[in-house]
Amino acid sequence: MIETAMRSRRVRAYALTGGRTRPRHHLLVETLVSVPHYDPQFSATLLPESQALYELARERISLAELSVHLTIPLGVIRVLISDLAAQEMVFIHPTGYAYQHDPIILERILDGLKELPA
Amino acid sequence: MGSRNYPLDTSSLTISAKIVLAGGFGVGKTTSVGSVSEISPLNTEAWMTEAGEGVDPVDPGSGKTTTTVAMDFGRITLHPDLVLYLFGTPGQARFWFLWDDLCRGALGAVVLVDTRRIEESFAAVNYFENDSDVPFIVAVNMFDGRLTHDLDEVREALALAPEVPLTTCDARDPGSTAKALQELVSYTMNLSVSYGAP
Repeated sequence: MIETAMRSRRVRAYALTGGRTRPRHHLLVETLVSVPHYDPQFSATLLPESQALYELARERISLAELSVHLTIPLGVIRVLISDLAAQEMVFIHPTGYAYQHDPIILERILDGLKELPA
Repeated sequence: MGSRNYPLDTSSLTISAKIVLAGGFGVGKTTSVGSVSEISPLNTEAWMTEAGEGVDPVDPGSGKTTTTVAMDFGRITLHPDLVLYLFGTPGQARFWFLWDDLCRGALGAVVLVDTRRIEESFAAVNYFENDSDVPFIVAVNMFDGRLTHDLDEVREALALAPEVPLTTCDARDPGSTAKALQELVSYTMNLSVSYGAP
């Protein structure tokens, strides 16, 4: 019984993505997304899971946090976000990876860590 | 950057970065994430519904009462437009396949070591030495506030290359954890300088 429940849940998650497992965008666990121009009519057209993502992303949020809040595996979050981004309904913020050799960004990270309350 | 997907108001642009806290089971990863995170560490068990069931046996001697099923992460907003995420790696061997995904794009990693169970962190050191390009440092977690082995002994026991920074921290102490993170970022910066910016 438990086995069946587990399996059906697993199938459902990937059925949502139409069987796709690879997002079109490069999305890391820490990648932040946000909705640049919220459109309630667009939201109403979405499947429940995508709608929940779209609503949560009205405030800037990471993929990892979306996964936790919605209890949806990260791989599925990636594909759904990628679809919303392709429709230009969700903005994907840059990650530090793009700046890994940028001394200014690293310096700002270091400064921020130094300013943390001890 | 001419994509229409770009927000009209670029002041809303936020960069996120990631540091990985690695090490074996029970070395203090969750504690150190929690010590500096502005949110309670979130457990990513949700990702793991396919991979992880059940819990790991916890060594009764470790005094660890919570069980980490998957990995925990925390968040530090360093500046309004710059957010740092800290991810603790899953300590259990069966989650090794997740490390590549988790470490992709990381600024660096801190491998935590408990000198009472140094072997718990061998696998993590091996991973960053051999299987990853992510810069890493090693931090000895001083559980009782003091160091039971001197750092040279620890370096030798881990067979750690001389260029890898080795430091100490108290995972419970936010200031101490922040210092270890600073050391890592400084190390990453120095590597960037010596490799030269592309």
